[in-house]
This record gives sequence, structure tokens and C-alpha cells, in this order.
Amino acid sequence: MPQILVDGLSKTFRVAERKSGLLGAFGGLIHRQYRTVDALSDVTFSIDEGELVGYIGPNGAGKSTTIKILSGILVPSNGRCEVDGRAPWKQRRKHVASIGVVFGQRTQLWWDLPVIESFDLLRDIYRVPRSAYERRRDELIEMLDLNDLLDTPVRQLSLGQRVRCDIAAALLHEPKILFLDEPTIGLDAVSQLNVRAFIKQLSREQNVTVLLTTHDLDDIEALCDRILVLNDGRLLMDGSIEELRKRYGDGRYVAVELESFTDVSPAHENVVVERSDSHILFSVESDVPTFIDEVLQRYPVKDLLITHPPIERVVATMYQTERIQH
Amino acid sequence: MDSLVTALVRSYAAVVAARFRMLLQYRAAALAGIATQIFWGCIKLMVFGAFYAVAVTTPPMTFTAIVAYVWLGQVLIGLLPWNHDPELQELFMSGGVAYELLRPLDLYWFWFARTLAYRTAPTLLRMVPGICFATLVLPLIGLPEWALPAPASVTHGLLFSASFLATVLLSCAITILITISMFWMIEGRGIATFMYGVVPVFSGMIVPLPLFPDWMQPFLQWQPFRGLCDVPFRIYSGDIPLAMASQEIALQFAWAVILILFGYGLIARARTRLVVQGG
Repeated sequence: MPQILVDGLSKTFRVAERKSGLLGAFGGLIHRQYRTVDALSDVTFSIDEGELVGYIGPNGAGKSTTIKILSGILVPSNGRCEVDGRAPWKQRRKHVASIGVVFGQRTQLWWDLPVIESFDLLRDIYRVPRSAYERRRDELIEMLDLNDLLDTPVRQLSLGQRVRCDIAAALLHEPKILFLDEPTIGLDAVSQLNVRAFIKQLSREQNVTVLLTTHDLDDIEALCDRILVLNDGRLLMDGSIEELRKRYGDGRYVAVELESFTDVSPAHENVVVERSDSHILFSVESDVPTFIDEVLQRYPVKDLLITHPPIERVVATMYQTERIQH
Repeated sequence: MDSLVTALVRSYAAVVAARFRMLLQYRAAALAGIATQIFWGCIKLMVFGAFYAVAVTTPPMTFTAIVAYVWLGQVLIGLLPWNHDPELQELFMSGGVAYELLRPLDLYWFWFARTLAYRTAPTLLRMVPGICFATLVLPLIGLPEWALPAPASVTHGLLFSASFLATVLLSCAITILITISMFWMIEGRGIATFMYGVVPVFSGMIVPLPLFPDWMQPFLQWQPFRGLCDVPFRIYSGDIPLAMASQEIALQFAWAVILILFGYGLIARARTRLVVQGG
């Protein structure tokens, strides 16, 4: 029995629509028109204990809606969803006591209180026994390096500091499942690395199940063994990053540095990704060795580098292909 | 089981305490507020004094009862549920309501705890200087007839305490209904504007309810807002006879329970149709 089970999950929102202009505004008072939006349609996946899964998709794909259903905040329109054998929205209070959630764009800390007082308040709200709380709190302070922040009111923290405190706050009651909704959004490079390192450590050392939504594909590459890709409320892919590459970007990038400026040969024009004075970047789909031979013969090569296409490009390709299919 | 209940109560109490401490920071606002209320109290007493001086029939309340009514009203004005917690409003606007649902607490009582702090902390801040002015300063400046009198008797004082407890519950129950309305309207200001007109009048805050025309009395007698000012203030001054007091207090509690159950039911309904703003 997987820890998280989602089967045929759908969520439909009803959105009130108003025609533009003054007439539309008055019309809305008398007769309201509603449009239904399918935020999620027939999504199925399951996650085992201790997995670290990335959840990606363009804006409005339904990632946050999924997280909110899994956390018991929203009630689904259709389908089955169980976490630890419980339907989250039916046994909300019991459920939320056993999970941790961070919405990167919003804080769960009390704006005007010093961080440590927010933590203490959460201890009371989650009814964590004092000794367990103190041990856990000190551990998190150590891991996330919060010592200097504890007495600062939350409103005075920088975004990176605040997110670290928020992550600690979500873990004080030692949940075995953690949902992170864009935890690295807006963070600078150093903070991003810190947060990533922490998530990895948490997953590895404490076997916490993590489901992470993000737009930053570096997060995914650094952290996740498995990704779920969502678009327009539908699950496009469930697999490893290797599978993703295989399906949507199985080629290589060949970056060439030239001794001197040379025109690109007409045969290669359609595989050029970028071109500057002394650099050319090719994207090669198949038979890389032959292509390299050609390049070495045709151009005055000073240096040459073969890489995977960046994951951004793979994902962009995937979104495009799938959109055409629909 | 017993320890579970204690822990549960402690978790709500912690919410009250935290919010309470935070609200106590707004001391300047409280001082400005009490200055306004003292000013209004004096104006109202001048107006009532003028009416009472030229009254041709015996008014339904003694002037002492009016004075108690006015000062208790001015001092406790923060309890009047004509607005709602801006912090909760903000949660609805920003979608932060999602975090509220992540707490292992019953949403109604969680918000009730916050509302309780929101209603009582500013009131407490204003009460102390207000009462000092109304009891100590007024006699000193030669206006003893305008000073807030003591409760009519010890019994009246005790009954007032019971009635006041019901007032606090009632006030929170109404305030939270304004908050819950945001599930349907997002913006709480619409309902709040309506309450702004209704609550001060029907609670007796503007004009003591016994001074309203006789034909309105049967209606005024039974409506819930009366329990916010009229009942406790008149028990205090002895304007409500002791024999009637327990019945009046029971009515207050009955309205509090009805409105709490109503709000509880509404929250349960709202949960299933919740849309969190901002994705």
C-alpha cells in the first residue's frame, strides 16, 4: 500500500464571469454567469514512503490544487485520494497533524512575532510534548542555521531567511510527509542551495516523503529521482529524469569554440541553437560521433564540449509536443 | 483523555494569548481611541442632561442609569461587533486561509480564539484609562453627577459579571459571522458596513433602548444585539429588576449559543465550496 495514493482525481472550480464595462457589471448583479474550470482531470499516481518526488508543470497546470487536496484544504470533485490510508479532507485535523506543508509564496509564521515565539505557538497548536519539541527545534535550528534569526520579528527577515524559518515551522511536529509548494521561488543562489541541501538531508536521513512543486528545474535535477509532469490538469509523465530526457530530448548539445570566425555549413544550419563570434552551439538528435567527425573536419575547432540538453529545453519541448497533441 | 482535553484547551488558549500580546502593542491607537470616547461620552451626557431637564413626563430611566449606560458603552465600545479582524480579512484576500486549514484545530474555534483576542485586547487597553476618567477625574473637576456610579449592589455587580461574559461570547459569535461571510464574498467590508449601521443602534450604544418608542419595544426586547450593551449595562445600574436579571442573562446566552451554532454550520458548508485565492 503506497503512502500517497491518487486515483482518477479531478477538481472543477466554478468561476463567476462578468462581461466587461458598466453594462456587464450591472448584468452580473441580476444574472451571474458561471464558467467551469477543470483544474485537475483524472490524475493518477502513487508515492511510496521516503520518496522524493518533483511535481512540475506550467503556471495554472494544477500543481498547487493537487497539493491543497493532498493537505486536506480543498475537497476534490471526483476520484480517490488517500494519504496514509486517510482521505485528507474527511479527517482533516488528524491528517494535518501528520503532514508538513510550506507554500513558498506565503508565510505561516506570525508576522509581528519573533520567530521563536511563532515556533512556541506552533508547539501549542500541534500539542507537541515539550521535550520532543525542544529536541526537534534545536535540531532544525542547527540544520537550517537559524540561530541568529530567532529573536527577529518575521517581517524583518529577508526572503531566504523567512523560507528557512517557514520550513522549520512546518517540521516542528515531526511529520513523515512534507509538501513543498515552490519552496525556492525568489531565493538567491546561496539560499537556494541551502534549502536544497536541507531537503536532501531530510529525505535521506529521516526518510521523510517529500513532494515538491517548482518551476526551477535545477531543483528537480539536484533533488528528485522521480518527476510528475502536469499540464492543463492532466498528468503528462511519471518517471525519472532519464526517461524524460529519453522521450523529449534524447540528443546532445555540442558546444564548439572556434579558432577564428567561420560560417556555419548549410548542412548544419538547422541544428544550430546559438551562435556568437567564436562559439557555436549545436543540438544533435542522433549519431553524435559522426557529427563530431564532421565538425572537426569542417571548422577550426579550438575546444569542444558535449552535454545533455538543459532540462529547461527538454521540458519546453515536452510542453510543446503535448500541446500539439491535445 | 483528561490530558487530551487539557492539551486541546491549551492549544486554543495559546492562540488567544499570542494574538492578545500582539494587540497590546497598539497603545497609541488605544490612547487616541479613549480620548475620542471620553469626548463622546461627555457630549452624550450633555444631550441627555438637556432632555432630562425639560422632560414633561417621567423618563423610563433615571439619569444615574443613563450615566452608567453611557460610560459603560464608551469604555466597552471595542467589544461591539461592527467590524472584524483585519488579519483574517487579509488571509482571505491573500489565500493565506490555506494555512489556517493546515492546523490540527477546529476552524471555528480556532477563529473564535483569535476573535476573542481581537475583541478583548484593545478593549482592555481602553478600559483602564476610560474607567479612571469616568470614576476619578469627573468628580475632581466638579462634575460628580456625570461620574460612573458603582454597581447598584454587590448582587448587581455579580450578575453584571455573568451578563458581561455572555456579552463577550455574543460579540465574538457575531464578529466571526462577518468573517465567515468572506467565504462567499471575499471582501468582508460589505457585511461590515451593514453591521456598522445596525449594531450600534440595536445594541443601545447610540441611544439606550428604553428611550425608543413604546411600539418598538417588543422587537427590541428579543433581538440579539440587545445583549451587547442594553442588558449588561442596565443590570449594572439596577434598571433591570433583580428578579428579571437571570432571565435576561439566559436570553443573552441563548442568542450566543444560537449564533455560535449558526456560524459553526456555515463554516462546515463553506469548507466544501472553498476556493483558495491566488492558486
